[in-house]
Formats: sequence, C-alpha cells, structure tokens
Amino acid sequence: MSAAMDTESTYSGYSHYSGHSKKAHRQGRDRHKSPRSKDGSRSEKSVTIQTPPAEPLLGNDASRTEEGQDDNWGETTTAITGTSEHSISQEDIARISKDLEDSVGLDCKRYLGLTVAAVLGLLVFLTPIAFILLPQILWRDNLEPCGTACEGLFISVAFKLLILLIGTWALFFRQPKADIPRVFVFRVLLLVLIFLFVFSYWLFYGVRILDSKDTNYQGIVQYAVSLVDALLFIHYLAIVLLELRQLQPMFTVKVVRSTDGESRYYSLGQLSIQRAALVVLENYYKDFTVYNPALLTASKSRAAKHMAGLKVYNVDGPGNNASGQSRAMIAAAARRRDSSHNELYYEEADHERRVKKRRARLVVAVEEAFTHIKRLQAEEQQKVPGEMMDPREAAQAIFPSMARALQKYLRTTRQQQYHSMESILQHLSFCITNNMTPKAFLERYLNPGPTLQYDRDRWFSKQWTLVSEEAVTSGLQDGIVFVLKCLDFSLVVNVKKIPFIKLSEEFIDPKSHKFVLRLQSETSV
Amino acid sequence: QYSAICIFFSFQQRIEIHKLRQGDNLILGFSIGGGIDQDPTQNPFSEDKTDKGIYVTRVTEGGPAEVAGLQIGDKIMQVNGWDMTMVTHDQARKRLTKRNEEVVRLLVTRQSLQKAVQQSMMS
Repeated sequence: MSAAMDTESTYSGYSHYSGHSKKAHRQGRDRHKSPRSKDGSRSEKSVTIQTPPAEPLLGNDASRTEEGQDDNWGETTTAITGTSEHSISQEDIARISKDLEDSVGLDCKRYLGLTVAAVLGLLVFLTPIAFILLPQILWRDNLEPCGTACEGLFISVAFKLLILLIGTWALFFRQPKADIPRVFVFRVLLLVLIFLFVFSYWLFYGVRILDSKDTNYQGIVQYAVSLVDALLFIHYLAIVLLELRQLQPMFTVKVVRSTDGESRYYSLGQLSIQRAALVVLENYYKDFTVYNPALLTASKSRAAKHMAGLKVYNVDGPGNNASGQSRAMIAAAARRRDSSHNELYYEEADHERRVKKRRARLVVAVEEAFTHIKRLQAEEQQKVPGEMMDPREAAQAIFPSMARALQKYLRTTRQQQYHSMESILQHLSFCITNNMTPKAFLERYLNPGPTLQYDRDRWFSKQWTLVSEEAVTSGLQDGIVFVLKCLDFSLVVNVKKIPFIKLSEEFIDPKSHKFVLRLQSETSV
Repeated sequence: QYSAICIFFSFQQRIEIHKLRQGDNLILGFSIGGGIDQDPTQNPFSEDKTDKGIYVTRVTEGGPAEVAGLQIGDKIMQVNGWDMTMVTHDQARKRLTKRNEEVVRLLVTRQSLQKAVQQSMMS
C-alpha cells in the first residue's frame, strides 16, 4: 500500500514524517527519502489524495498496527517545497547527531554539579556536630563540665540543624527540570560563599581550639551555635537571591513564532537570559497552538509560483552578475500583474466554507452518537447485567457512527496526523466516564490545542538552542532580543521593560456628587 | 410698523405685536425657548452655544406675531423696555403674558439681518 502511494507524487518532508509515529522509523524514512529527492520536480505541483477504504475503521486496528503506518488517518498531500527538499536531509542528519550528543555529554555536567553540591551540603551539615563532638572525643578529661546553659545550647543546635535541614530540602532538593547551557551564577556564588565560610570556621577551629586544646567547652558549643546561626542566614540569602528576587515583574517579553507569527506576552522578573528562556519555553508548551507544518505549505507554494516562470537572459555578454540578476527578477516579478491575491481570497473563503460545513456535520454526528449511551445508575446495574459495558466498550460501540465525519473534519483542517484512532477512542471513553457532553468531547478536535495536549512524537520541538548576542548568564535588559531555535522553527523573544508608572491620588468627597437637570423647555405665549 | 436698522452699533429690529383675545387669554402666537436656567447647547437657533437668551422657537401661522413680522429664530432682547437677555425662562414668559398689556413691543435681533447688513457694509 505504501509503495502505491509513493510513486505518484513529490513529497515534502513533513507529510511523510507525519505518517510515522515512532522514532525507530525515522532511519527508515531517511533511506526512502534520499533517492526520491533527486527525481522530484520543482516547478510542477501534483496533488494526490488517498481516500480511505470504506470498510469499518474498527476492523483495521489490528492490521494498522502491524503495518506501523496510519493508513486511515494520514492523508498524503503534496506540494512544492522549493529548496526544502535538500535542506531537510541536512536537518535530519543534524537531528540524529543531536540525539546522540545530548544523551552522553550534558548528563555528565548535570551530575557533576549535583554531586559537588551534595558533598558540600553534607560537609556543611556535619560541621557543627563535629565541632561539638571533637573535644569530647579528643580531650574529654580536661574539659570543663557542661553546665545548664551549655546543655540548653545543645537543644538549640539540634533544632536549628533540623530547621536548616527542612529548609534545604524544601528549597534545593528538586528534580532539575531543564538542561541549561551555562551554570546558574547565583547558585555558584552561593556555593562558593558557603564553602569559604565553612572553611574559615574550620581554620579558626583547627588553630585556636584543636591545637591549643581549649578547655572552655561552653565557648566551643557557642562557637558551633554561631556557625549554625550563620548558616541559617545564608539559607535566607539563598531564598532571597534564588527565589524572591525574580518574583516581582520588571520586564514584558514578547514571544513570536517564526513560522506563523503567533505571539504571546509574558511578564518576567529580573532573570538571567537563560532562565528567561526557560520560562518562555515552559509557557510555550501550554500557550502556543501546536506547530503544524501542514498549514505552511500553502504560503510556500504561493511564494514559489510568484518567482517561477521568470528567466534572466544576459544579453550584454559574459560576466555573471548574480545580484543584478536577482534584483532584476524581483523587480520584474513585482511589476507583473498577477492575480494571486484573488486566488488567495477565493481559496480562503472556499476553505472556510468547507470547514464550517464539515464542522456542522461533525457536531450533529457526535451529538447523535452520544444519545445512544445512557449511564446506568447503581440500582439499575443489577437489573440488566447482560448488556452492561465499561467505558471503553461503550466508546467502541458509538465510535463508528461519528468516525467518518470526524476524519473528514480533521483532514480539512489538516490535523489528522495529530489524532490517531486509538487516541480518539481513549478520549471518547474518558469523556463518557466523566459525563461530558458532545461539545466537551469535540473541544479537543475543533480547535488546535497547545503542544502539551498531543503525543510527544508529534511535537517537533524537543531540543532547543538559545541564540543570543549577549552572554546567556547576564540579566535581562530593555531591548534585548534572543532566539530560541529548534529544528523546524524558532521563537523570537523581544524584551521590553515595564514602564515606570507615576500614580497620583485624588480624593473625591462622596458628598460632592451633585447633579442638575439640563432643561430646554418651550413655552407658547 | 417701523423697522429701524442702526448700521453701526446694533442689528436689531423693533416689532410691535397686538395681542389677540382668545376666550379668557391674550395670546401672542409664538413660542419661546431659552433662559439662564436652561441648557444653551440645545438651542438650535443660536450661533453661540453659550448664549442663554430667549429665542423664538415657533411662530403660529396667521397669528399676531407673524403678522407683526416676528420670525422663527429671532432672539428677543427687550420686551416693553424690560431686558430679556439675562432672565429665566419663567420670568420671560411672565413678562410676555402680562394680563394688563395689550401691546408688546419687542426688540429682536436676527442672524439673517446681521448678515444682510454686514454684506451691504462691505459692498
């Protein structure tokens, strides 16, 4: 079946990628693609649409998974791709190499950082205990006896250490949620500060107490208490620097996706560029609609047609003035009276009409399908034991009546590769279980949702590169622009400072609200 | 009826109206609008929308005012010597409808009159 689909059309990379949902097939796809790119023709457009076979879709489930290809849910459309045929193969190579790279390199860096911090933390935690215990171990007989105040200090040390432990656990013991290019400056500074601090305490302790075998045990215990106090203050400093400082919003950031211009605004505090990039990416996955390459082919084909059909002949003799030629081409293309705007207008109007029609059919079909299901109450469940179904079976029972309408709608809006039949069935049984209405079931399909809603394999955006002219650990400033690139598109981020607001007050006495009637009477005399 | 037009200082016309007796009332045959207690911006006849003077808003056909030459849109400056530029609406009404007066002499000004005199001055 796949061979029959392949021979008649030129492929853009994405429609083929859409047919495969598993990573393992990527290698196979590259092998298919490279011979074809050589014989693909650039200037002709051929469109092949495979209509699905008419048999019930439930029956195809088993055969589909064997083939490993979405025959019913994938549509093979083709379009002119221009130069992208060649660049795609390069992108695939880049993608494969990146996959290899990151699984080895960055893990080392992350674990190194973690181990250093953990060792330092353990050392710091055990230091006060060591300060208190070492005199007892080494010169116990010479020590002055510990009075009540001293023993009270033991309790205070114990509780302060407990508080420090809980605070450190709450603040620092977290799953790292991202790999970032450079270290966090504040974290490194804090680690260095703690290290120097503890080192100086140990130095003092070693010289003044261990060497001279000081007998004033209470003084030693107070020394340990002062260390713990200072550690608590450093913990406070860590909270302020790492958590509190960036809470107050100071910058507004505009994020624009390069392929379709979708933009959002976010408020950020004083962060470094890499942390701001992290925040933007976290919000990208939930705010931006999913990147759908199938929606971009139309504008590319229009652009290609605009320049196609113009050839430059160099009449004046040899000499390859490339820039002059291209400028001449652009000028000629601009002057040419083409009616592509007309085409665009009618095409878009037509498409919208089609989408609305199919949407209406879909809504009606789903509403009708949902009327066939009725939830059994607890007491009814004993009466008709034979016909009871669990949600999954109920979903499978009503799915065929809406499947065709749904499939047609998804094809018209080019979302078909984002929803496999299995995912639709799962969603349907989920909706049935939670008593959702047909409209709630359809919400996921009528509009493209954020990237998080879809299967990880369809994301097109897992590896990100931060491109910035400033150092990525420097803080945000007004006017900074940086780009977050992934293989298929990029997010351009523009930073603007929130303006300084001058707010003044005006007091209005509640009794000062007085009114008069505006009259215009006419009297006859 | 005499209409005296002073070219240099004012563009005014004197109009003498003889009241008509209708039953128990003496009527003049026009309606007034305006007054210092009214909203001057709703006056359609005034050129300056802060003008709170008394204006003629309607003239009944065949009534004494029309016969005397009063026109719609006229601003009444005086009635029988009483000033009408700074009165309330009710005071204006009272001054026009005094029961013991049969004749009222109005001093009115009119925009068309002003423009005609201005044009004749320039030409």
